[in-house]
Amino acid sequence: MAEFSMEALSWLRRAPADFRREMRALGADEGRVAGGELADLANHALDLNQLLQFDRALNRITGRIDPGALSPMRLAVLADATTDFTVPAIRVSALRHGVLAEMFAPAYGAAVREAMNPASDLARFKADVALVARDHRGLGLNAPTMDPDAAEAAITAAIAETAGMIDGLERAGVRTVILQTAPIPAEPWSGHFDMRAPGSVPAQISAFNTRLRALADARAAVLLDADALSAAVGRGRWFDPLEWNRAKLPFSLDLTPLYADHVARVLGAIRGKARKCLVLDLDNTCWGGVIGDDGLEGVRVGQGSPEGEAFLAIQAQALALKARGVVLAVCSKNEEDAARLPFREHPDMLLREDDIAVFVANWTDKATNIRGIAKALNIGVDALVFLDDNPAERARVRQMLPEVAVPELPEDPAWYPAALAHAGYFETVGLSADDAKRAEQYRANAARVQEMEKIGDYDAYLASLDMVCDLRPFDEVGRTRIAQLINKSNQFNLTTRRYTEADVAEMQADPKIFDLQIRLTDRFGDNGMISVVIFRIGAEDWICDTWLMSCRVLGRRVEEAALAEVAAAARAAGAQRLIGDYIPSAKNKMVEGHFAALGFTECGATPGGGTRWALDLASFEAATPPMKIIGAERRTQIKT
Amino acid sequence: MNRDAILSELSEIFADVMDLDEVELRDATTAEDIEEWDSLSNIRLVVSIERKYKIKFANAEIEALRCVGDLVDTIIRKTS
Repeated sequence: MAEFSMEALSWLRRAPADFRREMRALGADEGRVAGGELADLANHALDLNQLLQFDRALNRITGRIDPGALSPMRLAVLADATTDFTVPAIRVSALRHGVLAEMFAPAYGAAVREAMNPASDLARFKADVALVARDHRGLGLNAPTMDPDAAEAAITAAIAETAGMIDGLERAGVRTVILQTAPIPAEPWSGHFDMRAPGSVPAQISAFNTRLRALADARAAVLLDADALSAAVGRGRWFDPLEWNRAKLPFSLDLTPLYADHVARVLGAIRGKARKCLVLDLDNTCWGGVIGDDGLEGVRVGQGSPEGEAFLAIQAQALALKARGVVLAVCSKNEEDAARLPFREHPDMLLREDDIAVFVANWTDKATNIRGIAKALNIGVDALVFLDDNPAERARVRQMLPEVAVPELPEDPAWYPAALAHAGYFETVGLSADDAKRAEQYRANAARVQEMEKIGDYDAYLASLDMVCDLRPFDEVGRTRIAQLINKSNQFNLTTRRYTEADVAEMQADPKIFDLQIRLTDRFGDNGMISVVIFRIGAEDWICDTWLMSCRVLGRRVEEAALAEVAAAARAAGAQRLIGDYIPSAKNKMVEGHFAALGFTECGATPGGGTRWALDLASFEAATPPMKIIGAERRTQIKT
Repeated sequence: MNRDAILSELSEIFADVMDLDEVELRDATTAEDIEEWDSLSNIRLVVSIERKYKIKFANAEIEALRCVGDLVDTIIRKTS
């Protein structure tokens, strides 16, 4: 691939030549089809025809799909324009981002009405997520005016109508609303003065978009910045007047694969599918040349040459990702000392050894090493992105580990940052203060592991950590991170129930809910918020709705501290028992024995193949894990 | 460009757009003959042909097409 193109989804593999036949053969044997296979098929740059072929194949095999790691979702698309192409394209692209979607879209022109009508087909569809994709022509922001008051009235009406749609969707039980900004057309009215004339179409749409972002903040909605996407592609390219006249297509049909991938990556982020770690190859990926052959003086990185500056830009991008919580790792075929040399001694390197959480340089094959990196960080291989200039290495890792995201790269390293950024692997629906610390926490964890190897005796090691555990009820400050943990934690998660920020806010206010957000610090650093516990309060029984923990703090006895907290509160409220369910998922076998280990006894099965556990509070004696317990107003959670 | 070559290339494009195994196009073929050829698939058909031959159709040209033969004529005219 010589050139980079957003429109062509350059970071994805090209589709196989016989893709249509492959689609027609999909599930032809009447057997079950694995979600992983669908995700892998979707992980190619598919054109619109191929997306539709795939969608028809999905219709054929519906009911025979084993989702596996795919997260099921019911998605309604409410658009001002034609959705016949975007809806199937989103459904197929969603597979690429770990979501198995069932789709619903009302008839053309009925989106606003359907959202507001409690007896609509939309309400009957019972969507989890709704995409509200307004267009300036549907919003009534498509005519310039010399009267600023008229422009203001049009913008206010457009926002009010959109807010009304959110109200209607909430009444219909939709938990997550995605609001799409309106792309601004390229054609000027008064020319360069347009953005200073409140009545121009660009100024009207721009004001609408600003208020839409505020609306998203106020209503805990997710934002899909279609205006930013259209600007990135080029507004003149985005809008196609022929196709608008032909079929009311809101943007050029050729851009459907790109648009659908952007919707899909946001859906993935909502479901906690975004990647967590960037694994970097070194030679010709982080610097020009081969350190083992060229030596410290021979590798190209730094100011002064176009090639050296290209590699500098890649390093800067890796550091920018690290700053928002993406963990960095290295996987290189090299002698370890040679691989570390530039990090230690090259004056122009931006990346330093302490930026890298796991550093692997040896002659073992990369797939094995990458699996080891995931294990060392306690995350799944599906949380990794692997950046490597070598097409053969990329192909091999993809073949061995299809869950790892491996972007195709253009020939010139100057394009590497664009390819990595536009692939959208690290999409997020919120950034919290904890994100800023995460990369450092992973690195500190690696230091802790080494410390433990030094001490040997585990209890003595725990005591040596000077742990401080902070347990407190949900609050506004923790809300974004609580929702993030609820949607991202897969392994140490007893029930894998997903809730939005709005749900978390509701729980915080609900007197029938006992909730805890738990943080842990130790002498190596602050782990941030690492656990969330939610119990539903009954007169006799408190039932565990959610119990999850970050795998970073496995084996630190935090769960015992949490149980002591819940048990004390339940006792004080006069309850007899704590009840906990283990609902198995593709990823949470780790906690199968969680309740048994805490002294619960098994008392039957739950619907869905899980097990139910009970703890008699009268005879329960809380353990005292080796940590200082703090937290504001913990003992009595009186909610008003 | 000769008509037969274009007809066979178009057959492949039709199969891709309509998601069919085999399509045998003739000059006289119309939307009546292919069940999957409706107004929606026609939009994708136009875009796919435009991409293949690096041409752009005006909406008036599309509306004037009555059969596959007309389409072949238009492609020859626009690519020569």
